[in-house]
Amino acid sequence: MWSLLKTMWRVFLHAFQPRVTVQYPEEQPPIPPRWRGRIILSRDPDGEERCVACYLCAVACPVDCIALQATEDEHGRRYPAFFRINFSRCIFCGFCEEACPTYAIQLTPDFEMGEYRRDQLVYEKEDLLISGPGKYPGYNFYRVAGLAIGGKDKGEAENEAPPTDVKTLLP
Amino acid sequence: MNETLRALLNVLGVLAVTLTVAAGLIWLERRLLALWQDRYGPNRVGPFGLLQVLADMIKIFTKEDWIPPFADRPVFVLAPAIVVATVLMSFAVVPIAPGIGVSDLNVGLLFFLAMSSLGVYSVVLAGWASNNKYALLGGLRASAQMVSYEVFMGLSLMGVVLLAGSFNLREIVEAQRRLWFCVPQVLGLVVFLSAGIAETHRLPFDLPEAESELVAGFHSEYSGMKFGMFFVGEYLGITLISALIVTLFFGGWLGPVLPPVVWFTVKTFIFICLFILLRAALPRPRYDQLMAYGWKLMLPLALLNLVATGAVVLARAA
Repeated sequence: MWSLLKTMWRVFLHAFQPRVTVQYPEEQPPIPPRWRGRIILSRDPDGEERCVACYLCAVACPVDCIALQATEDEHGRRYPAFFRINFSRCIFCGFCEEACPTYAIQLTPDFEMGEYRRDQLVYEKEDLLISGPGKYPGYNFYRVAGLAIGGKDKGEAENEAPPTDVKTLLP
Repeated sequence: MNETLRALLNVLGVLAVTLTVAAGLIWLERRLLALWQDRYGPNRVGPFGLLQVLADMIKIFTKEDWIPPFADRPVFVLAPAIVVATVLMSFAVVPIAPGIGVSDLNVGLLFFLAMSSLGVYSVVLAGWASNNKYALLGGLRASAQMVSYEVFMGLSLMGVVLLAGSFNLREIVEAQRRLWFCVPQVLGLVVFLSAGIAETHRLPFDLPEAESELVAGFHSEYSGMKFGMFFVGEYLGITLISALIVTLFFGGWLGPVLPPVVWFTVKTFIFICLFILLRAALPRPRYDQLMAYGWKLMLPLALLNLVATGAVVLARAA
């Protein structure tokens, strides 16, 4: 009997405890910067699209929600003609971000993506592209890659030595 | 004419207030349980979430009203009405304040006991008519629990009757002018409180509907407003038992400064909150514990209380 009364008193005192509920829309919960939320496509510091349309993200995606088509501009730079993510299928696993060789596709801490219509959850390239470099400022794939494109030949990339002349015997 | 109008107003007023309170308790219970569990509870609809009651009512009225094909149809429909009707009948004898209250019955207390006994039928018939083993188990438990707790519920009140010398609830309140009966009848109060919880089958004595064991007990098969009626009945029951505890042990409307109605309301509200605190704090006992507690502890206590009170009253008279 005594323990019952003690229990009741303890429970009653909980009326003066701080609440654990987070009043969500008014009070935003803290979200870690590595949160896997809405997917974006970033640009390199020059303002060009980072995506080289290698399809690795589409291959890595376990639910096949990424669709894209590769094309090239006049300098030989690859870019996606269209890039489409169906967020009604996306499970926010982040495999696409891990697969991306150019840091183009990134997941952000935004999760408020509610829509009234399912087809509005299909994001096109203009919805996905942001104006900045996202989590990796200063990284420019075409500047460091040893790939020859228009205006930059082999051996001219940053931290890159000129290619070895295989026909000469001199050291 | 004036007298008739007055009586009519009393009846309609008590009916309206009790039903409103019962509906409001849905919100109050959820808010208070949340308060004691470090949450907020419903606070979105309207100020403090008060309109949650309205939302709940719209929801429950528009739910599908399903009567299972295997159920005993007339009894199934009748059962939820009985609980509400009997509890509302009991409110007829509750004296709210001088001049407010439906009936000034000279056997008011007996009338209340009779009505709460009739209330058992609701649960038993609901369990039986549902034709479902869990509902039947709930109904069986309810009948055993309520019949056995009925016994010393009546006995625990006899001390009050001895002291007041009347079954009339108004006279019982008037007899408490000098001293509230919660002091000389503290044993009776404890026994009546336990019996009252068992009568309304609220936690910790909610074995008839123990959802962790019996789905939802006697109202497993009920839906829509029939289910709602059981809950209205339950909340009305809480209000009734609280009102009666106040009337019988805490001096009813008596109190300084404030008007009688306010005193009655405040005291009743405190006991309603106590009922909800009990639900928030205590676990459900095993069924045999419930029965042993009733017959081996509460019944002897009630008898002891009755004998002692009788002795005192006799000694005083001599």
